[in-house]
Amino acid sequence: MEIWHSRRKESLDIIVCVKHVPETAEAEIKIDATGKAIEKTGLVFDINEWDDYALEEAVRIKEKLGGTVTAITVGPEDTDSTLRKCLARGADKAMRLTDPKFQGSDSYAIAKILQSTIKGLSFDLILTGALAGDDGYTMVGPILAELLGIQHATMVKKIEFADGVAKVNRELEGGLEEKTEVKMPAVLSIQTGINEPRYVSIMGIRKAMKKEIKVLGLADTGLSESEVGETGSWIKVEKIFVPPAEKQAEFIKGSPEEVTTKIAEILKSRGLI
Amino acid sequence: MTEIFVLAEHRQGQIRDITFEMLTKGKELAEKTNTDLTAVLLGKNTKEHAKTISEYAKKVLLVEDAKLENFNSEAYQKVLSNLTKEHKPLLTMIGHTSFGVDLAPSLAAALKLPLATDCIDLAFEGETLVITRQMYGGKVNVKAKVRKSESYIVTVRQAAFAAQKPNISGEIMEVSSPLTEEITEKRFIEYVLPPPGGVDITVAEVLVGIGRGIKDESNMPMVEELAKALGGVLACSRPIVDKGWLSTDRQVGSSGKTVKPKLYIALGISGAFQHVLGMKNSDLIIAVNKDSNAPIFSFADYGVVDDLFKIAPALKDKIQELKG
Repeated sequence: MEIWHSRRKESLDIIVCVKHVPETAEAEIKIDATGKAIEKTGLVFDINEWDDYALEEAVRIKEKLGGTVTAITVGPEDTDSTLRKCLARGADKAMRLTDPKFQGSDSYAIAKILQSTIKGLSFDLILTGALAGDDGYTMVGPILAELLGIQHATMVKKIEFADGVAKVNRELEGGLEEKTEVKMPAVLSIQTGINEPRYVSIMGIRKAMKKEIKVLGLADTGLSESEVGETGSWIKVEKIFVPPAEKQAEFIKGSPEEVTTKIAEILKSRGLI
Repeated sequence: MTEIFVLAEHRQGQIRDITFEMLTKGKELAEKTNTDLTAVLLGKNTKEHAKTISEYAKKVLLVEDAKLENFNSEAYQKVLSNLTKEHKPLLTMIGHTSFGVDLAPSLAAALKLPLATDCIDLAFEGETLVITRQMYGGKVNVKAKVRKSESYIVTVRQAAFAAQKPNISGEIMEVSSPLTEEITEKRFIEYVLPPPGGVDITVAEVLVGIGRGIKDESNMPMVEELAKALGGVLACSRPIVDKGWLSTDRQVGSSGKTVKPKLYIALGISGAFQHVLGMKNSDLIIAVNKDSNAPIFSFADYGVVDDLFKIAPALKDKIQELKG
């Protein structure tokens, strides 16, 4: 960690941790036969929304200050499409940590896998999404920081750099933010809305197809089998189920004309029109 | 006798609601596990807070230090690590808030204690902690076992438990601050308030709330016209602000405003908890969403499972027609 201070360079080498997740915000989701996961067939997978903002922020920092961006993920081979997207967006390098033994890892185990690889890399800053849209644990970033022995800040909405520190705005509740200073190198977990992720052109994606994705497995991490997967995790899912409804809306059915007539009646009866 | 810790959360001189919600659930868990409920309060000049909190817990551990005046995860982690090692609580409850998510994960990793985040329910089955939380933006609930441990840490979702004031008069125990050295890695600078916007959605009687289902900025005029026809204003869920289609002051939810209009029409909003927290107490909620299983329908009075691009313009026409 001392390297950063002795180098006194302006440019930053940034690692961005990304996750390949199903897009479920507008999809109808079903519970699968195991009762412990959702049915994945038919769902579109893409980069986790929060990670998308983290990657964009890393690329913007690189464009401003110079340096490199390395995208890293833990997952099976099909996560390559997310890494390709990162490369197309401006990441210089991509790494995939893949092993059948990683199956069943929760955020804690994922953070260990990431740490075991990242500790051997040179970096000034690590960015992650504040949370993942699938499991929403909100913990990989700060755990990774703790395991690396560096500081972190979560829910980050703005980053500025000054003399060995990152000055960040953290999102608090109710529209408030706090400005906090964190010593670098640090892990920053990025909240959505920090920037506007750029559009990736077809050309860019084509170019990225030629770039190498470095693949590492359990043996490369130096972790034991018991430290990853379900045995290395804190959380073991027992079952998933549809949330019990607090109440259930009365559904208004029919053509748009029928539906809007009914809504207008309701509004009228309540003196709203 | 071992304890259940609840970390009190306060900001700018106010105890946050999550504190009392956790103390209420913590009391129930303490009774069931035959443990004592202990509130942990870190701050500066917080004796009044300690008094208030002592009416909810058997004991309040109060640590006062200038370094704890504003939340700082580095300082909080050092103090909580010390207290946890000394007291070995069965469970430590921390709010799943901006403060909590900045603190709990690194604290758990440092102490090598298992952590479950964003819990909406907690129970002990024997010595094993079983938690309920949500996934996929609230579309499914998960029941999970936490790896067996002598001590657990959880973060608790806001408003998951209703606060109830018990009849307790707890003891306040001042503990000297273990922060003998300067906090050097992380420094709180200031609170930043976003600039006030042109519209105050908290006073509007009619809100048309829009979400991800709006799909494209070119659809904004259509919903704006509907809001205008209803004599209301546009509000939105987080993705709309993230995309820059509406300003921050229009955002409804835990990181935005809490509203209670006479009418809230939710268009293309799936109903993730963060949004629902800000609007579920509206007098009348009508939701339009393509997905019949969208969580918003568990909070709405009336639901329409259809394409909002068909319903919204038709509704605008209908209302204009009625108004003449």
